[in-house]
Amino acid sequence: MSGAPPSIGEAAEGDRVRGLRPMQYARCLGGIVRREALRWIHQRSRFVSALVRPLVWLAIFAAGFRFVLGVSIIPPYETYIPYEVYIAPGLVAMILLFQGMQSSLSMVYDREMGSMRLLMVSPLPRWFLLTAKLIAGVIVSIVQAYIFLAIAWFWEIEPPLWGYLSVLPALALAGLMLGALGLVLSSFIRQLENFAGVMNFVIFPMFFASSALYPLWHVKEASLTLYWICEANPFSHATELIRFALYGQVDWLSAGVVTAFLLMFMVLAVYGYDPGRGLIARRGGPE
Amino acid sequence: MTFIPSEPALSVADVSHAFGARRALDQVGFALRPGDFTVLLGLNGAGKTTLFSLITGLYHCGRGRISVFGHDISREPSPALARIGVVFQQSTLDLDLTVEQNLFYHASLHGMARSAAAARIAVELERVGLGARRRDRARQLSGGQRRRVELARALIHDPTLLLLDEPTVGLDMESRAFLLAHVRRLCTEQRLAVLWATHLIDEAGPDACAIVLHGGRVLADGPVPSIIRDAGGTTLKAAFDQLVAGTGVRA
Repeated sequence: MSGAPPSIGEAAEGDRVRGLRPMQYARCLGGIVRREALRWIHQRSRFVSALVRPLVWLAIFAAGFRFVLGVSIIPPYETYIPYEVYIAPGLVAMILLFQGMQSSLSMVYDREMGSMRLLMVSPLPRWFLLTAKLIAGVIVSIVQAYIFLAIAWFWEIEPPLWGYLSVLPALALAGLMLGALGLVLSSFIRQLENFAGVMNFVIFPMFFASSALYPLWHVKEASLTLYWICEANPFSHATELIRFALYGQVDWLSAGVVTAFLLMFMVLAVYGYDPGRGLIARRGGPE
Repeated sequence: MTFIPSEPALSVADVSHAFGARRALDQVGFALRPGDFTVLLGLNGAGKTTLFSLITGLYHCGRGRISVFGHDISREPSPALARIGVVFQQSTLDLDLTVEQNLFYHASLHGMARSAAAARIAVELERVGLGARRRDRARQLSGGQRRRVELARALIHDPTLLLLDEPTVGLDMESRAFLLAHVRRLCTEQRLAVLWATHLIDEAGPDACAIVLHGGRVLADGPVPSIIRDAGGTTLKAAFDQLVAGTGVRA
């Protein structure tokens, strides 16, 4: 336990004087992504449930509603499609939504357990740390989405092969937007127990009031108000972005809406985690 | 070759902080020089953790000024935080990850290259006697061993100021003695400035400096023998009791 070199070296001090370099940002991002991946691998139940959830919808719900909900020919589809094919992009978006909320939950958990402090005392800027955390969560959710799409092939969800490639940017953009929403929620939620409220007030309304399970023209026939709520729901646009991208097309309106919501959520998240202005400063005392 | 900066390692000047109507810190001020081992002594609720949160930028320092080697934590957080190593009151190890994975994660948060981090991890783990446990999951370690890993982690990026918030809470006598001796040695050999927060008075030895914090205010600051003499006590415990009784404030 002795004989080690002195740790206050000139090299380390020299690095600090020069300031943060791009390579240090890259290493930090790499470390955060690696940790998220390791946690995901270790938490197998989380991985299995993330996969089983959409498969249950596909195998049971879609089979049951196949003959109840008629789907006419709507873009990007060029022919009549089975209901399973219609809801598959929505279920992919659902994976991204749950992963975003899961990341939010783990942020709240980390804050309660204290490990959030470790992240926040990094010398890298806070906006970068939050963005890195977001990107790490999105990478995990994209892997889950591809595993789901591979299994969904057996339910005749067979988009063109190049669709699997063209959907990647859509998954990234939608994942970032839903992950950023999770970050905002995690900065607003005071305690872990309040997370049940997120399920009731965020996940379920977002999922059901969207184009994930039924085309919006169906909703319009039932209620014009609900139709506009669905249209304003960013999750609808995330779903449509993925749906079109899976068939090699770009839904520019959805891409714009998803990007706008992403920027808005990121600004709110950085605000929420700012020690001077955000909610952390206004909490009742030391965490 | 050792780097010896001329600035104070830590300067806290006139710092106040409140949570709503409750004032947690009131015009707190002190300074640490490189090589100082200073015990921040206070009962639970005295404001120690709030002070640590302000020094590390977790809370915004709205009133007063905190600087680390001349870098203001509010205006220049990056160079200030790059010089600080922290051992938090709560354990912040990821129990599902191995010891080494936990330490590499910390190194990456400071932007360290993997090869440089590997070398520093090997040195610091060896120094706390846990080199052979680096591939074990953190969950498999005892409470004392986890604390040692957290101390090693706090030193990986070569900090020049080390903050420890109640590092010995819940540890047995042997682990406490090891941590204390190890940190004291770092001060002497490497001129590391250390702020060691505790409510255990015996952790402030006669050769240490101490800051007595109570009800968010600094009641005494200086070498332990001076504090004892000025308070008119015979031991630090007696001096502490007298200082606290004089305020009429319960923590």
